[in-house]
Amino acid sequence: MTRARAGLAPIHNGNSIRLETIPTLGFGDFQDAILAAVGGGQRVCALFGAGTGKPDTTALYVVLADDAGNGLAAGRTEVAGSGFPSLTPRCPSVHLFEREIAEQFGIRAVGHPWFKPVRYSRSWTGRDAWDRPLPEAILPAVGDFYRVEGEQVHEVAVGPVHAGVIEPGHFRFQCHGEKVFHLEIALGYQHRGIEEAMERGPTARSIHYMETAAGDTTIGHATCYAQIVEAFSLTQKPARAQVLRGVALELERVANHVGDLGALSGDVGFLPTASFCGRIRGDFLNLTSLLCGNRFGRGFIRPGGVGFDVDRPLTDELSRRLHALERETADSINLLWDNQSVMARFEDTGPLSGETVVALGIVGPAARASGLMRDTRYDQPSGIYRFFQIPVSTCDSGDVFARAYVRWMEIQQSIAFIRSQLANLPPGETCAVPGALEPERLAVAINEGWRGEVCHVAITDKSGRFARYKIVDPSFHNWSGLAQALRDQEISDFPLCNKSFNLSYCGHDL
Amino acid sequence: MTDIVVHLALLLVFPPLLLGVINKTKARWAGRVGAPFFQPYYDILKLLRKGMVLSTTTTWVFRAAPIITLSSVLAAGVLVPFGNSPAPVAFTGDFLLFAYLFGLARFFTTSAALDTGSAFEGMGAAREVTFAALTEPAMFFAFLVLAKLSGSLSLGGMLHSGGASAYPAGSVAPLVLTVLGLFIVLLAENSRIPVDDPATHLELTMIHEVMVLDHSGPLFGIIEYSSALKLFVMGSVLLGVATPWFSWNGWLDWPVFISGMLGLAVVVGTIESIMARLRMPRVPSLLIAAILLCGSAFVMLVR
Repeated sequence: MTRARAGLAPIHNGNSIRLETIPTLGFGDFQDAILAAVGGGQRVCALFGAGTGKPDTTALYVVLADDAGNGLAAGRTEVAGSGFPSLTPRCPSVHLFEREIAEQFGIRAVGHPWFKPVRYSRSWTGRDAWDRPLPEAILPAVGDFYRVEGEQVHEVAVGPVHAGVIEPGHFRFQCHGEKVFHLEIALGYQHRGIEEAMERGPTARSIHYMETAAGDTTIGHATCYAQIVEAFSLTQKPARAQVLRGVALELERVANHVGDLGALSGDVGFLPTASFCGRIRGDFLNLTSLLCGNRFGRGFIRPGGVGFDVDRPLTDELSRRLHALERETADSINLLWDNQSVMARFEDTGPLSGETVVALGIVGPAARASGLMRDTRYDQPSGIYRFFQIPVSTCDSGDVFARAYVRWMEIQQSIAFIRSQLANLPPGETCAVPGALEPERLAVAINEGWRGEVCHVAITDKSGRFARYKIVDPSFHNWSGLAQALRDQEISDFPLCNKSFNLSYCGHDL
Repeated sequence: MTDIVVHLALLLVFPPLLLGVINKTKARWAGRVGAPFFQPYYDILKLLRKGMVLSTTTTWVFRAAPIITLSSVLAAGVLVPFGNSPAPVAFTGDFLLFAYLFGLARFFTTSAALDTGSAFEGMGAAREVTFAALTEPAMFFAFLVLAKLSGSLSLGGMLHSGGASAYPAGSVAPLVLTVLGLFIVLLAENSRIPVDDPATHLELTMIHEVMVLDHSGPLFGIIEYSSALKLFVMGSVLLGVATPWFSWNGWLDWPVFISGMLGLAVVVGTIESIMARLRMPRVPSLLIAAILLCGSAFVMLVR
């Protein structure tokens, strides 16, 4: 059970609570509650601002996860005026959340050690935390970067336009010869304003915004959104739908993990696995396509259940293809671990210590590769994961090898999960019709996407519409982890480290 | 005379096919059909027809470098005997010119890279010259071995073309070591795996490719053609050392030489398919191994 601290309201994953049950703390108490929770081993899942209806006052909400106690807690405070004292010096994992609050609401995080915009967009309130003149456009990555001075220090700027067909992002390296002293990552090129667009929803468009928040995590984000709507409307979703959602989420994980292992192999110039995995990833995507007609699972997850049912011939076909793919996947991926030249590149490259992971709040395979038991399917289960547990795969070296090997273990676990679920599909409906959303409530939905924890938090207004919709993609936590992993590494190993995290630009930029 | 015509024709026309064979081999290992054998020709012809973008920060060095590289490699190509027929141009000490023609090409390629003022290209140039400083001694040790064995100071004699008798008995061990050393030099100089990855798109990991990022159109076509030529010319030296027994019949030697070169391409493609690239700080160890291999071969001969 949740060990809720004083002033924090306990909440369960996939449920909603009335707003008035969350007490409004004084700002100092709010920060102390976060510090105490983080000091006690909890994580900050989300820390975000929301309007209060009063001018010059911003509400701050926090959602904390107690992984050991399998519970969540929500807290609230209000900030009046143009700034608030930053918590980052005492709690590094909130550093990007505070920058985001400052950017969205135009209030300064006073004392933040690296106070820069996150996405380079205008605030929602008309104020600006950096006093940038109004008529001028705000361009991504324009501004000061961390610099290392010295005769032999040189700076390498990569992006936003990259050589491969990938998303835009700017990377600034401070190097001494081939060695990287520091990497700073500037994003924001993909900012589309999804959180703003969700306000006053749900509308017919909302589900499509969610499915495209990060295209490779379509199922992850859409499931969170569906759970939010169900939590607000108190909808009981059918068991069959919950199982099918789990199957789709694991298919998404397998397809992406296989693609990542192939890409890692390609980055070190090892062709066989790169080519095989490129094809096999497509075959796994085709399984999702069998479910709903779309390789990325668009249209499958719908509030109340799933958009498509499966029949007997379809589950047979899925199982048959899965069986063949399982062997091919093992054959091609095991080539990696058997090849010394590949292992020489993977091992000891880009290590991330367990302490760094905890300090920065890293999630997903990147956290598990550093030895942490951090998997929301296990810690904060919802849907089918409450009934059927997938063992948590961890590794302890924290390097590229560990991040690759955790993926391989998860692929095997996920395939076993999908197979057993397909064989035991509960009968019944696949979709309930969600009713109207209850007013003035707060709901949290957390799922373990393939990249890590996908967290959605929503608040409804008096009329039962979204007053605030907060999305935290795992990439939002993990980009700082990549920057840390690169310290004292070879700059020529950056692409490999980057691929081992494989973070989303649009999931971060929203 | 016919030999010279065949030599020049091979030198000018054949090299891109080597790249085609390497790529086909890699594709087959990866379970793909792969691009046609003649794809490198199509690519080069396509580039020659294209327009060119020149950065305003660059000077004549940037434009001259590909031309100078092409001329140097072509000049090196006429100094080396192909198979059993003598080189079109041969004189005492021509191996020095041969080695430094590549040095000249490298000087201009790296200068053109620095000319762009790009952080990437500067990094690539630094890597290129660092690694070249290690391949050069290996190559010269190999030449010393060949000079000592053949008693000749010309590439023609050293590679035993033109009907010269086989190497003296007892020279097998040094020759094997030299072939291994020269093979590593060939991989390094032609930016192949495990030293460099010619297929990668990741600028930060590149050595050779990153230096020519800003070249486009015809100049880039020339660069691509020159690198194929370089592979061919260095490959023919390696083949000359690896197969000193060549030659029974003048006309049979050409097909033997051509199939030897194609076989070499298949070997290079296979190596690229079955191993990953070395981590950058490990590359010098491999190149030092090449120096040691060729150096030991020389020590075995002078003891």
